[in-house]
Amino acid sequence: MSITLAGARAGLTRGVIELRLAFSGAELIGQLFWPVATLVAVFLLRDVPVGRGAAGDRYTLDTFILPSTLGMFVALGMLLVVQQLAADREDGSLLRAKITPNGIPAYLVGKIVQISATIVAYLAIVLLPGLLFVDGLDLGRPGSWLTFAWVIVLGLVATQTIGAVLGSLVSSSRGAGYLSLPILGLIAISGIFAPITALPAWLAWIAQVFPIYWLGLGMRSALLPDAAAAVEIGGSWRPVETAVVLGAWVVTGLVLAPVVLRRMARRESGSSVAQRRERAMQRVG
Amino acid sequence: MATTGNIAIEVEGLCMRYGTNDVLHDVSFTVRRGEVLALLGPNGAGKTSTIEILEGFRMRSGGRVEVFGVDPARGGEQWRARMGIVLQSWRDHPKWRVRELLAYQGSLYEPYSTAQIPRPWNVDELLAAVGLAEHAEKPIKMLSGGQRRRLDVAIGLVGRPELVFLDEPTTGLDPKARRDFHSLVGRIREDLDTTVLMTTHDLVEAEKLADRIIILAGGVIVANGSAEELSRQIVGHDEIRWVQEGEHFVRSMADSTAFARELFTRHGREIRELELRRASLEDTYLTLVQAAESDDTHGSDEHEPGANEPDEHELEGTSR
Repeated sequence: MSITLAGARAGLTRGVIELRLAFSGAELIGQLFWPVATLVAVFLLRDVPVGRGAAGDRYTLDTFILPSTLGMFVALGMLLVVQQLAADREDGSLLRAKITPNGIPAYLVGKIVQISATIVAYLAIVLLPGLLFVDGLDLGRPGSWLTFAWVIVLGLVATQTIGAVLGSLVSSSRGAGYLSLPILGLIAISGIFAPITALPAWLAWIAQVFPIYWLGLGMRSALLPDAAAAVEIGGSWRPVETAVVLGAWVVTGLVLAPVVLRRMARRESGSSVAQRRERAMQRVG
Repeated sequence: MATTGNIAIEVEGLCMRYGTNDVLHDVSFTVRRGEVLALLGPNGAGKTSTIEILEGFRMRSGGRVEVFGVDPARGGEQWRARMGIVLQSWRDHPKWRVRELLAYQGSLYEPYSTAQIPRPWNVDELLAAVGLAEHAEKPIKMLSGGQRRRLDVAIGLVGRPELVFLDEPTTGLDPKARRDFHSLVGRIREDLDTTVLMTTHDLVEAEKLADRIIILAGGVIVANGSAEELSRQIVGHDEIRWVQEGEHFVRSMADSTAFARELFTRHGREIRELELRRASLEDTYLTLVQAAESDDTHGSDEHEPGANEPDEHELEGTSR
């Protein structure tokens, strides 16, 4: 067996084990909380009309939010990578990977498998029940599912590689916690819970630099009828722009992540893990 | 490359500097294949820096280092597959099950299996060897300190390494777990033809496990040899006790035989109950470490407290 193949296979095994651990015992409650809370919010908003109403009176906020939150959950993969990377550095799991031949590639494959599967589970938890009570979705077109698929794949790769870069730059769980604040702020301005056209233009421009807005837009373009594009910027789904921006983030992530991860892994050693533990203990004590 | 045949590790003129602080100066030693070498020294002596340079975790400031003929700073995965590392205290993969982690780690060594060294170890055999067979299905965080350390050793061995690094392996273990660990390392030595490099600040441990001991203090090697060689090589301070005119005397010195001869020549029959105790390896170790550290202001506040002062030259008299 070739070395790369063995590493990839071990990574797959790793991903499956981590996935099982992520969805068992007490972890399960934490995992289900956000998707279920989102689902409840979508349900409660089912009678609120969308602000502009330009596309007609049929559209209510739940119709708008359901696909948007799917985009948001894809983007949350970024936070999961950051948090898990910080935790794995703190407890030495990453160092263990480093001292094992091909341990780091296998670790990364495992991470991508586990987090992608976790995200897909979130999407299913929100989407499947949502289909039962959210009106006005348009899933009949063959293009719907195609768009759904490419937006998710680009989104998973973009946000997880960027997450790996950010996660390599923060050295503790505490740092990872701080990093989640700007990301939550970004979600707030990315037109997930209300059409972005309701925001001041300068905020909308900031949002359009980052992948979250485009993931929400891509999901809406996949799941909503074309008429719903009226509330979007320019009254269009802008699929080309979506692909270009997400693609740019994918390229950035794929170029930066290996460099930054390698730099981070190089600095891991027994004493660096011990030092971090000491600092963490001081914080507690 | 100079390192071939039966040499596993070769270190020549190794220097390590953090900023302006010299941690290792001109350290040189070799480790033969199959040898168990202990790097012994107080905290801050440079043991961890040395072992991390050899493991390829840390870039040295100067000198030449080869592990299996390869500079650790440039060692690839093929090189890495030949060694196992057991660190001071692992807490990784707390939720994984014991067997799961061992099997996963082992699978990464599969591509490096050769006709002479089939890799990895069979997981069940290894679990039985380290006494964890009945805990195989437990989550790792449920293990006791001693069990966790035995798992760490198992993970260090699962790839059938030709060289194992043990960094302060018994720190924080209770006496029973410590003894179990020592007998485990003893078995590894006998059963496998594995080179072991360990660090410890515990002389008894070094004496018990190692073929050879290198004492590191203040960033230099102050002694290098087997336990017997060390106590012979270095002139330690013997302790002499005697009674003269009802008074008890204790003295500590290097050349006790000459002193005793002179004592008899001068006082003859007045000398009673003469006792002569040769310097123990422990005394020797403490003397060496103290001597090295008094030259070195940085390390002087780091030596272990509670050391009895073997070079007490005052004549102590106690009347009864």
